Amino acid sequence: MDTVEKKLPVGSDPKRKRGARINIPRTSALYTLLGSPKARVGFVIVMLFVLAAIFAPLVAPGDPKEFVGATNQPPSAQNIMGTNPQGKDVFRQLVWGGRLSLLIGFGSGALMVLIATIVGMISGYKRGIVDDILNFIMNLFLVIPGLPLLVLLSAYLKPGTATVIFSLAFTGWAYNARIIRAQTMSLREKDFVAAAVVSGEPVLKIIFVHILPNMVNIIVGGFIGAVIYGIMASTGLAFLGLASTQDVTWGTNLFWAQNGGALMIGAWWAFVPSGLAVALVAFGLALINYGMDEITNPRLIAERDVKSVLRKAKLPRMRATPVVPHEH
Amino acid sequence: MRYIMRRLGFYLAALAVAIAINFFLPRLLPGDPATIILGTSSGRLGPEELQRVREALGLSDAPLIQQFGIYLSRLFQGDFGTSYTYFPAPVTKVISTGLVWTFLLGAVSLIFSFVMGNLIGIIGSWRRGGVIDSIVPPLLILIGSFPAFFLALGLLYAFGLKLDLLPIAHAYNNRLEQGFNLPFILSVLEHMVLPATTAVLLSIGGWALGMRNVMVSVLADDYVTMAEAKGLKQIRIMFKYAARNALLPGVTGFGIALGAILSGQILIETVFSYPGLGYMLIYAVNGRDYPLMQGLFMMITVGILVANFLVDILYTRLDPRVRAG
Amino acid sequence: MSIETSEFVNPRRTADGKEPLLDINTLYVEYLTRRGPAKAVNNVSFSIQPGEVFGLAGESGCGKSTIAHTILRVLKPPAVITGGQILFDGEDVLKMNDRQLEDFRWRKVSMVFQSAMNSLNPVITVGEQVTDVILRHNKVSKKDAYDRAAELLKIVGIEPERLKSFPHQMSGGMRQRVVIAIALALNPAMMIMDEPTTALDVVVQKDILQQIQQLKETMGFSILFITHDVSLMVEFSDYMAIMYAGEIVEKAASKEIFTNPIHPYTQGLLSSFPSLTGKKRKLTGIPGSPPDLVNPPTGCKFHPRCTRCTHKETEVAPQLTEVLPGHWVAVHAGMPLPTGNDRIGQSSVAKR
Repeated sequence: MDTVEKKLPVGSDPKRKRGARINIPRTSALYTLLGSPKARVGFVIVMLFVLAAIFAPLVAPGDPKEFVGATNQPPSAQNIMGTNPQGKDVFRQLVWGGRLSLLIGFGSGALMVLIATIVGMISGYKRGIVDDILNFIMNLFLVIPGLPLLVLLSAYLKPGTATVIFSLAFTGWAYNARIIRAQTMSLREKDFVAAAVVSGEPVLKIIFVHILPNMVNIIVGGFIGAVIYGIMASTGLAFLGLASTQDVTWGTNLFWAQNGGALMIGAWWAFVPSGLAVALVAFGLALINYGMDEITNPRLIAERDVKSVLRKAKLPRMRATPVVPHEH
Repeated sequence: MRYIMRRLGFYLAALAVAIAINFFLPRLLPGDPATIILGTSSGRLGPEELQRVREALGLSDAPLIQQFGIYLSRLFQGDFGTSYTYFPAPVTKVISTGLVWTFLLGAVSLIFSFVMGNLIGIIGSWRRGGVIDSIVPPLLILIGSFPAFFLALGLLYAFGLKLDLLPIAHAYNNRLEQGFNLPFILSVLEHMVLPATTAVLLSIGGWALGMRNVMVSVLADDYVTMAEAKGLKQIRIMFKYAARNALLPGVTGFGIALGAILSGQILIETVFSYPGLGYMLIYAVNGRDYPLMQGLFMMITVGILVANFLVDILYTRLDPRVRAG
Repeated sequence: MSIETSEFVNPRRTADGKEPLLDINTLYVEYLTRRGPAKAVNNVSFSIQPGEVFGLAGESGCGKSTIAHTILRVLKPPAVITGGQILFDGEDVLKMNDRQLEDFRWRKVSMVFQSAMNSLNPVITVGEQVTDVILRHNKVSKKDAYDRAAELLKIVGIEPERLKSFPHQMSGGMRQRVVIAIALALNPAMMIMDEPTTALDVVVQKDILQQIQQLKETMGFSILFITHDVSLMVEFSDYMAIMYAGEIVEKAASKEIFTNPIHPYTQGLLSSFPSLTGKKRKLTGIPGSPPDLVNPPTGCKFHPRCTRCTHKETEVAPQLTEVLPGHWVAVHAGMPLPTGNDRIGQSSVAKR
């Protein structure tokens, strides 16, 4: 666990140098996001892919859709990751594919969270009929199965990036909306909000100044979750051939590989990179969320602190309250 | 009781919406739906064929209300039309065969992943900081991060193709006689291993993590402290006091989880050519078999709603506080 | 079968009167926080005799509840015990391992937790929660355990049919009584009661306290009674200790504390509560708020709020001194007492 040697606050006993090393938040927001080592690992993984995608022309120069040679060639000096059943360079496809895949993921994630926040906050704040209706709609979208609906939509709508982003947001906003609604409802009951209401502050100010800042954690966590969903779902759709197969995304890469029977021939290199990319990005994002939770959950923090004290005192862990004798 | 009634009302409303979506979706397209739907092949069909397609889809020039009426009446008679790709089988017959396989695969995978996942979550949360808690959940998240079909293909490749240990397609060996005989049953089981394993690997992380998180907060509750103060055995506290209470939020989330599991299963079925509803759905979409597609969507939705409702009933059995009201 | 003679009787329940049952010596407990350790319990010592009702009073956050949980070692992270002994019947609880603790808990010392609503498991029946502790510590049949449970409920005034109920089906007062019944289950030598009546309304409060009193007379256990309501405690306990910011500032027999409070904090506390009888007097609170336990004030922790503070208290913490027989106050030797003209002589800080 990351520890920071703290500067003793003014007035405390400088001779006191025992007990646990305490973590100090530097800047709250950044620390919450990246304080945990798990979150940092996740962040690095995601950034790697994001940067590779942004700098695709430098990392994998050339046109990913260009026919470069024989089909199903194993990795070689010419093609670092070999070629796929259509004779395209797998490495280029991987790097360039990241652009659209990540764009779709982050785009749909942002849209999902935007809708979820608006609907969730209105529903949670207003209560009454408005809440009943919105809540019903929320539960409706939660219960109607996502992928089948997506499949249905894809069958009827014109394939394209915008369509995918829209469909994903359409089917995926409800999950976070429910969480945000619950949080808004509980925050609304808190004293400082009641005070603001009573003193006649305008509703918008209450929402943006009082309620929203207290929900930043779940909104950020929700965003990350939504991005994961966006990437996974869009990849799945593309694999099934329901997205625009002319685009280069990780999902379509897999579609073409499967279509050309890559696995049957044994050309696993056409397959593994894009799938692995999706998995790693999703994993990295999940790690960030996991790490954020470790930092903000007071119980986990408490247990970690006690554990490090025990470890330093070389005492066994026990369920009962530990005894760590000190000088007094 | 009132709780159940309210939930039932909700599900009926959801069902109504699903029916409406199913109806309106084809009609939302600009232009003549039949032509657009059939795409390039519409040029080759004569006007009578196009007309028949329109009729099969329930489209006509009659006013919308009338169309809806016809649609509803057909729906309640269980008439979903005739499938193109399985012509001349009616959609309902096709769906019923798929239902059995999806249900079988789904139930088996669900039971395994739910039980194992929750156990891991419980044990991991109990021995916080131990191996099970530090390594296993992130590992499971990693495995669960893989796209369903990727994992499926991986397993298929490794165990099916390379090692030739297990079958890679279909639900059973079609040379065998169907029925409750041993060879058939064994074949079914054999064919289920890879798809089920994929499904379990994908979702186990979710259950484990969810349970662990709830356990962390439940373990701080006062009744757990009192149980410890009573000197009760650890196992009893872990299960009867903590886990039993931690299950409740999990059960609530179960219904939503079902949707995600279903999505995964669609992909798995496709990869393994496992003849369930998911496989059929994709097959139908790619074959532009619209009656089958609509029918499948309705069937899947109804299935999910029923499953959710059953989960709600289960919840009342588990939480005595809800039983009363 | 009558309870006293049942096989559940605790071996060393009645001591000879000289040996204290519970003996806490220089206990230190810290909470690890981001800003540094908070000293929740700082050098606390007291002892409880068999059959005695010992009251621990003070504001919220003064450490009394922490002490209660520490005796059974059920304090949750980030708490760490950093020094001292807790001797029960001669054994040091702080040296026990998990196995020994499991045997010690509830047999020797049981606890009635604050807010019974949260102390009872909502998804299993009340009966199960009474019998599970009986079955854990005794080799008896389930039927015997249930019979015993029915008896216990009867003792606290609940019909045995309620064994099948769930906690949410009972009223607050009933639930509190159930928790008391569970605490009685193994005939412990001592019961800790942490604010047992705070969450209840006044009428029920009185009822429950009377019941506890009767039970104590019949069964002979000691009670460590914890509350912030000093006036309640004065009536109920034999001996009292007043805590402030993790330390004991005064301890004496209850009547003595009531009639002759010496420490300014005790005086402030007593004058904060109105009494139904007696002269009408002005209610005064204590200005200020409890100190930060991570960076407490130097010297006497109460000094920022104390009207009688002199320079010495801001630098040196006063020790508990026996100013009158059996009456201990945290003062500096040589300070004049507010009541009477006796000056305090030099006495060692021995505990009662």
